[in-house]
This record gives sequence, structure tokens and C-alpha cells, in this order.
Amino acid sequence: MSEVKFSKEHEWITLEGEVATIGITKHATEMLGDIVFAELPEKGKNVEKDGTAGVVESTKAASDVYTPISGEVVDINQSIVDDPAKINEDPEGAAWFFKLKIKDLSELDTLMNKEEYEKFAKETSS
Amino acid sequence: MIKKTPLYNLHIQHGAKMVEFAGYQMPIQYKSGIIQEHKFTRENAGIFDVSHMGQLFISGSNQLTDDLEKIFPINLKNLKTNQSKYSFLMNDQGGIYDDLIITKLKDGYLIILNAACKSRDFEIIKKKLENKYELNLDESLSLIAIQGPKAKNVLGKVVSKITNLKFMNGEEFEYDSSNIYITRSGYTGEDGFEVSLENEKAEKFVNQLINYGAKLIGLGARDTLRLEAGLCLYGNDLDEKTSPIEANLKWAIPKSRVNTYYPGSDIIKKQIDDGVKTLRVGIKPETRVIARGNTKIFDQNDKEIGKVTSGTFGPSVECSIAMGYVENNYSPTNTKIFLEVRGKKIPANVCDLPFYKKNYVKGEKNV
Repeated sequence: MSEVKFSKEHEWITLEGEVATIGITKHATEMLGDIVFAELPEKGKNVEKDGTAGVVESTKAASDVYTPISGEVVDINQSIVDDPAKINEDPEGAAWFFKLKIKDLSELDTLMNKEEYEKFAKETSS
Repeated sequence: MIKKTPLYNLHIQHGAKMVEFAGYQMPIQYKSGIIQEHKFTRENAGIFDVSHMGQLFISGSNQLTDDLEKIFPINLKNLKTNQSKYSFLMNDQGGIYDDLIITKLKDGYLIILNAACKSRDFEIIKKKLENKYELNLDESLSLIAIQGPKAKNVLGKVVSKITNLKFMNGEEFEYDSSNIYITRSGYTGEDGFEVSLENEKAEKFVNQLINYGAKLIGLGARDTLRLEAGLCLYGNDLDEKTSPIEANLKWAIPKSRVNTYYPGSDIIKKQIDDGVKTLRVGIKPETRVIARGNTKIFDQNDKEIGKVTSGTFGPSVECSIAMGYVENNYSPTNTKIFLEVRGKKIPANVCDLPFYKKNYVKGEKNV
């Protein structure tokens, strides 16, 4: 599995072969608070880099989930739709959102590594 | 200039996430989060800093009672000393400037006002009373609510004899060698109390409640608690263009006041006699989708019939809940409606309020 990359919209992405797994970061869940609703894209749908690919809602507000990379949705994590609290429990592990068959590997180059993301998250949350 | 309540430092100390609310820095939640705070209040005892709300004292005797009855649609002559009632400050069109709790004191009245409305309320009431009385919107006092099934046990350890208080009644008690005023009331659907005390003593008082097992609860959980209890939030569910009749709060206007003057009384009487076009109802979406305020409501034929005014996920009822206004013929319980969320029509049903039934206190008459 590849190094974890991060987007400015607080998504994380890992790559295995040509399939990417995408979720939201722990930092994002801490900003959102208790998540009570999740909506994911449909399997088979093509999504474009930085486009909307789902919604999460906390008790306070709704937020769009963006995809950090283009591709075809090949799998979704139904367990977080059935029990959205799982997203707060393990956002960067069991509570992944969707898997994409990626189109253009070079899109990954625009994303941040862990160190860069942590710096970015710290700067933007104060 | 954003104001702070006397508990500001305590909120920070307890890891509160602060937001601006009605001109005050207020805690939206603490470390454990809205859902845990909500459940803790339902099972235990939650402490709410509501010091941003207005505490308006008006001194006067019989003439004041007469004059206030010309402002509020309520029967103040029948109110016993220390008894409280829910009422409204209204405009001449029958709309609501604010919803409030009015309590009769030995030498006047105490009116608890919403934070966002209190300055304007003060001006309106002062003008209507023509400067005949002394009005004091007292900023030297804090207001602390303690809510939940264990509120009486926790508060009882800090202030003695409070369990004798009846629901919607108040009394003076002694705390730390000064007089404090406590009413048995609240806005969570739970048994509870609201404590008015000097700003200087607020932090010590709350720390004592915490030591006996109560926890600080933020505005986020206050909102989910009140919505589960079917209670209105001014600015969302009530406003200047909505009457108490449309808001389904007719119970708060006694029959004896229907034919006597208060602002908007002619319109209210007409609405009671002829009915209203729209009515506030409870709404349960059939899925987990949350319908926030301003979500449009449709009928089965795609006709727009109303708007959601409050919506959230109810942590105790464990489903999506909302309140809103629909055309009168769609107001009966179980009417099928549709909520437009992110372009999709979500099926929902009109339902009875409250979503969450009150916890009755055993052996005490509590409502």
C-alpha cells in the first residue's frame, strides 16, 4: 500500500494497485463533532477530482465530502451509512468512505503528505 | 464587543468549544461532544450557563399587574406569588417579539427573556409601561440551569430544601450567605431548576454542582434536548410574523384573555374563531436524513406546503427529527409529506410532539 496522502478538504487517500481508498481525516471529525448521517456516491459512478462525492452531517451542520482524485466508484462502506458514529471512532481506519478505480495517477502529486497535512490542519484550525 | 458570561473561564477550563451566540461567547460543546452531553442530561444532571438570557425585574403592585396584562396575553391576577407562566411579547399583528417566562414576586415581576431579544424587549416593555415603574435588566446576576433526573439530588446538596419546589414555581433560598432565587423549570423536557445568583458567586456555585456529579452542557445539546422535547427556539420556530396560534401554543393563552386587550388580541381572537392557514407540527423523516431549518416541505403531488424551522438528529430518540409549519389541512398526525434535501424528496410523516416524553418525578406532581 502506498503512503497516505491528504487533501485540503480534509480527505485522506491510500493507493493499492489502481484502486484508491478514501475517507475523512481525524482532524475533520474533530471539527465536525458527532457525525449522525453519511451519504456516499453510488457504485459505478464516475467522480471528478475536487467534486462532491458524499455528505456527512453532525448534530450541528452538514458538510460535503469531496474526492481528492478522479475515478470510478468501485466500492462503498455501507457500515458507516448504517452507523455514522463509526466515523468518529475510527476515521482513518475502519470508517473509510469509498474506493475508486483511478484514472490519472499524476493527480496524487497535488496532494499533501502526512507532515504537510498536519501543518496545514494546524494553521487552518486556529 | 463580544460579551463573556461570568463562567467564561470555567468553560475554557473544561475544554469548551466557544462560539458567538446573541453577542456572547458561549460554549457550543465540551470535550465529550453533543451526543454524550445530551444523554448525560437525560440520565443524570446537566449544568447550562444561560447567563446570556435577560433577567428583567419590574417593581410595582396592583397597578403594575393591570398594566402588564395589557402587554402579555396571560392572567396575572390569578398568578400566586412565586408562580411562573410561559407567555409572549407580541406585536399588534399577533406576531411574537419574544417568548418568555414571567414569575410573580413579592414586590413585582421577574421576566426571563431570550438573549438575542432582551434589549429590544426592554425598550418595548418600558415604552408600554410609560416610565411608571422601575425596570431593571439585571446584568449583575448569572442564570444557571440544572436539568435532568438527578438535578434535584445534586442541587439539593448545595442548597437545602429545594425538593419542596413545585414545577413552574420559584422561591428565595440561601447560598453562601446571600439570597438566591430558584425556579423549578427548564427547557430540556426534564425535571430541573434555574438558579439566579450574583455573578461573583456563579463559578463557585457551578464548581460545587460539578463536585457532586453534574456536568457542564453546551448550547449544542441544549438545542437537541429542547427539540426532542418539542419546545420552540425563538428566531427559528417563532418570529415576528408567526402568531402563538399558528405556533400551536394556544394553550399558553388562557380563555379568560381571549376577549380582553393585549397587542394583537383582535387578530388572535379571529384566528381562534376562524382557524389559521399554517400550523406548527412535529416531523419525522423516514430515513436518517436531517432536514435543517428552511427545508421546503411538499405534498404527494409535489405542491409546496410549508417549511422546516428546526431539524436535527435526536440522540435519545435515535432518529432524525424536525419541526416546521405546514398548511393547516396537512397538520393531522401521520400525514405523509416530503422534505427537499439536497435536491431529493425525502418521505416524512407529521407526528405528535414531543418526540421525547418527559421524565416524571415519582411521588411528585410535576407538570
